[in-house]
Amino acid sequence: MHIYANPTRFLKLAKWLAPLLLWSGLALSLGAMAYGVFSVPPDRLMGETVRILFIHVPAAWLGMGGWTGIAISSAMLLIWKHPLAGIAARAIALPGMTFTAVCLATGSIWGRPTWGTWWVWDGRLTSMLVLLFLYAGYIALTQAAAREGGSAKIAAIFGLVGAINVPIINRSVVWWNSLHQPPSITMGKSAIDGAYLVPLLVAVIGFSLLFGAIVLMRMRALIAEEQVAARLRRRALDEDTPASMAAGMETA
Amino acid sequence: MMREDMAQWDFVIAAYAIGLVALALLTIWAWRSMTRAEARRDAARRR
Repeated sequence: MHIYANPTRFLKLAKWLAPLLLWSGLALSLGAMAYGVFSVPPDRLMGETVRILFIHVPAAWLGMGGWTGIAISSAMLLIWKHPLAGIAARAIALPGMTFTAVCLATGSIWGRPTWGTWWVWDGRLTSMLVLLFLYAGYIALTQAAAREGGSAKIAAIFGLVGAINVPIINRSVVWWNSLHQPPSITMGKSAIDGAYLVPLLVAVIGFSLLFGAIVLMRMRALIAEEQVAARLRRRALDEDTPASMAAGMETA
Repeated sequence: MMREDMAQWDFVIAAYAIGLVALALLTIWAWRSMTRAEARRDAARRR
């Protein structure tokens, strides 16, 4: 991990890894969703709407996984001061927020025919909505720090503190009464039939690869933007130096 | 159990339409912002 804290070494890796993750992620996720929509049988209770599972669950997994990534990167930034850790956390934020929004939207659409309502203020839905707001706050903080030249530490601390919400989302259906079903997949066990479980796992892997590709592309963009800014700063300094030296000589 | 007799496929199509459009926009935006930023960096290096 520490080897890739060097931007040059990281860029060499990201150059071939980003397209590989992108195309394999697209193939797996689209294939799993197509299979889920057209080939799995309708569920005994949920009917045809069970097919929403193959987009809702991967989106929920990556919404929570994204914030876990922000928390890990934030810890690496605060402890080891890795130059790429802050960039990684910033790169994760928007994809994580998008997947959280997709999870909330698809969950709401699924809730209407199965629960009879678009939304309830229960533990799972509310904590997921809090995650969406945390992402929005994190993005606002990092953009303000980048624009005003502030410290990345504040956003990193926010990223670490916000991680408290991730286990709350995970355990919410166990701790509080909810319309949302309890966990279907736990360590080594699954209450989901194999006909749904296999395409679901393929969809989760596919979306995770796609998420990785998007994060790598964002990191490459952020590194390139910082390199341009550094070059412009250097050029401005070079242009200022002779003028200030001349001014200094005149006053002497 | 289904509470109302509604067209279930409409909900499935709506969920996939929202999800796929959001993910397509995100992927295209990430790709384009990366290629543009790297092109700007390469142009700055040449100058």
